[in-house]
Amino acid sequence: MLELVDLSHTYGSYRAIDRVNLKVAQGEVVCIVGPSGCGKSTLLRSIAGLIKPTGGTVLLDGKPVAGSPENLAVVFQDYSRSLYPWMSALANVGLPLRRRGLDKKRRDAAAMAALEQVGLAGAAAKYPWEMSGGMQQRVSIARALAYQPKLLLMDEPFGSVDAQTREELEDLTLRVCAHHGMTILLITHDVDESVYVGDRVVVLSKAPGTVVGDLPVQLPGPRDQIHTRELEAFVRLRAEVGRLVRGMTPHRNTHGFGVETR
Amino acid sequence: MPKVNGASLLRGLIGTAGLLAVLEAAGRLGAWDTERLPLVSTVLLRAGELLTDPEFLVSARSSLTTWALALLVTIAIAVPAGLLLGMVKPAEMAVRPLIEFLRPIPSVALIPLVILLYSETTHMRITVAVYAALWPVLINTIYGVRDVDPLAKETLRSFGFGPGSVAYRVVLPGAAPFIATGIRLAASVAIVLVVTSELIAGGIEGVGVYITIAQSGNRLDLMIGATILVGLFGILVNALLVAGENRLFRWHRARAGAAT
Amino acid sequence: MRRATSGVLRFWIVPVTLVLWELLTRVTESPYFPPPSRIATQFYDMWLSGPASQLLLTESALDTFGPSLGRLLAGWTIAGVLGIALGVALGRIRGLAEYTDPVLQFLRALPPPLLVPIFFVLFKIGTPTQLAVIVFGVIWPVLVNTTDGVRAVDKGFLETARVFQFSRYDILRRVILPSAMPKIFAGLRLSLSLALILMVVSELVGSNSGIGYSLLYAQQSYDYTGVWAHIVLLGVLGLLFNALFLVAEGRVLSWHANARRNV
Repeated sequence: MLELVDLSHTYGSYRAIDRVNLKVAQGEVVCIVGPSGCGKSTLLRSIAGLIKPTGGTVLLDGKPVAGSPENLAVVFQDYSRSLYPWMSALANVGLPLRRRGLDKKRRDAAAMAALEQVGLAGAAAKYPWEMSGGMQQRVSIARALAYQPKLLLMDEPFGSVDAQTREELEDLTLRVCAHHGMTILLITHDVDESVYVGDRVVVLSKAPGTVVGDLPVQLPGPRDQIHTRELEAFVRLRAEVGRLVRGMTPHRNTHGFGVETR
Repeated sequence: MPKVNGASLLRGLIGTAGLLAVLEAAGRLGAWDTERLPLVSTVLLRAGELLTDPEFLVSARSSLTTWALALLVTIAIAVPAGLLLGMVKPAEMAVRPLIEFLRPIPSVALIPLVILLYSETTHMRITVAVYAALWPVLINTIYGVRDVDPLAKETLRSFGFGPGSVAYRVVLPGAAPFIATGIRLAASVAIVLVVTSELIAGGIEGVGVYITIAQSGNRLDLMIGATILVGLFGILVNALLVAGENRLFRWHRARAGAAT
Repeated sequence: MRRATSGVLRFWIVPVTLVLWELLTRVTESPYFPPPSRIATQFYDMWLSGPASQLLLTESALDTFGPSLGRLLAGWTIAGVLGIALGVALGRIRGLAEYTDPVLQFLRALPPPLLVPIFFVLFKIGTPTQLAVIVFGVIWPVLVNTTDGVRAVDKGFLETARVFQFSRYDILRRVILPSAMPKIFAGLRLSLSLALILMVVSELVGSNSGIGYSLLYAQQSYDYTGVWAHIVLLGVLGLLFNALFLVAEGRVLSWHANARRNV
């Protein structure tokens, strides 16, 4: 459903990403992982239409994207700059639905349902600054869910919360998105997280970022923070991705995990 | 305000010239009765002529003198008072309610009272202007003193310097950028209050008096021309003081990230 | 209880000043400096001895305050609406600020009281002149602060709005304006205190009603205590407006104060 063809972007003389090619199928959860400064955010912002890439195209359902695509939502890392502090959680979640032509009653109902799914039904009237970081990021996720996008982009969504909250949010995202059959592109610098959350892990090189690895993750579901991370397959895959991120040559296909290098 | 560079300066000039041209054309095409409200060109011409008109210059000199004296008196009162209140916390705590009660009184409301107290019009004008110009200098000075690094003060004290030396050597220079900002604000306020007191209380000389006389002759061209000159003078004074602050307090800007 | 005590302690200077002032004026007996007790009595007799149904305000108070406060609030409201609208335009329309900057800087530098005689010749005596002066004089803080505020909207807020495809109206109404509101309120508050000053100026120069006119009348009838009472009245009004505004601001911008406290 999403296809990137030779996507490149330069800021002045600085090349952030260079000819990135990627195909994402409907319903897939793809994690993009890479060292800091590999242009992960540039990639995401190009797809979201927040910047106009200097080269290449983004195709969504086969159509080239110009501006922010309609059926797309983003969960940003910095929730404090993405949730509006002058609105309650309910209003924040319901706001994007104004564009969907729903009346206030139905917007509130949809927003409430989304908040329930992330376990915040009781906090609908609270303001962002009355909530912990984890709760605020839940509101962000609820906002994306209520919007019912076909593609959900997540930019380091759990980068600003503590470790335990992070695990909770990872599971929550997996559970809720599977329920909705959403396609997800999650960007992270955390190798562990990319393997745990993704159906596929795509590794970007240091700037200028290009795809240096594309690994399917074949782990039994449902995934579980303790048991999944203990599996031998998980440990091996994590090591594999880790090497790629650090720019080492991968061990080729020793255990049946396809590693494609370009 | 946007940053000043070549392109933005040019756009500003284009915008200004465009507006003047439109107003001039509208006036000439009969958008209003130019007998009552003169053309832009007439007003600008008159403003230029006023600069060489002896009668206006006498008034302008009088206003300028009043303004300069008012500013000096303001600084002489407000800076020492601000230093004292800034350094002696209990004094500031005690006086704060009085300041809060006195500050909202519009200075212009004092004009009718002050007229009765002074036989000399200049003194009366200075009093009114000082009352209004005092506050920005006082408040900024107190704030500036508070901002002085306590470590710098303690260093000097540890070397056995008395409070007077500490005030003169550390507090005054440290607070100087804030005091300068206060003085710049006071300079603008004083211009307004000087011409306003001339306007309300009358007298023999002064730009405000000149405008009142022009009004009795229904000379809108002279009234607007004189007002334009006062406005330009305000801009000039402000620009000079800003430039002075930038030169003198470069160290402060570097440290504080240029907050005005 | 302790808060009340500390409040009393904080304001000890006020009664002390009043008592000293009272003693000093009684000793010197200068006609220009009446004792505060006499000013207070006159204040009460003139304005506050009315029936309870009028909040104790006398007929004279209603006749004097009414036109003044009406003009002040009308002028301030008009200036507020215009200032916010123009400020949003200047802050959001690229290039507009650059083209208009010199003209705006110049207009801002004109002392508003000097416009009283000019508007006076144009509109003749009365409310239009006073409204024009107040609007022209107090629009600047709102305009400048609104421009700054809408320019400084966090990029994250705007990107969120773009991703979720808010309409232009929603971006303005629900993102830009609320985000700029703290700055806009700061401008409105400054404007309110300026409006009080310009109200007095315009009534002192060209009016036949209102507090400024009544002050002039007291002066011309050599009623010194009356002059003092008017000055006190204007100070009280200034304090009152500021306090009311802060209460309103606290309500509207509660999110702002709280959000900052929690960061």
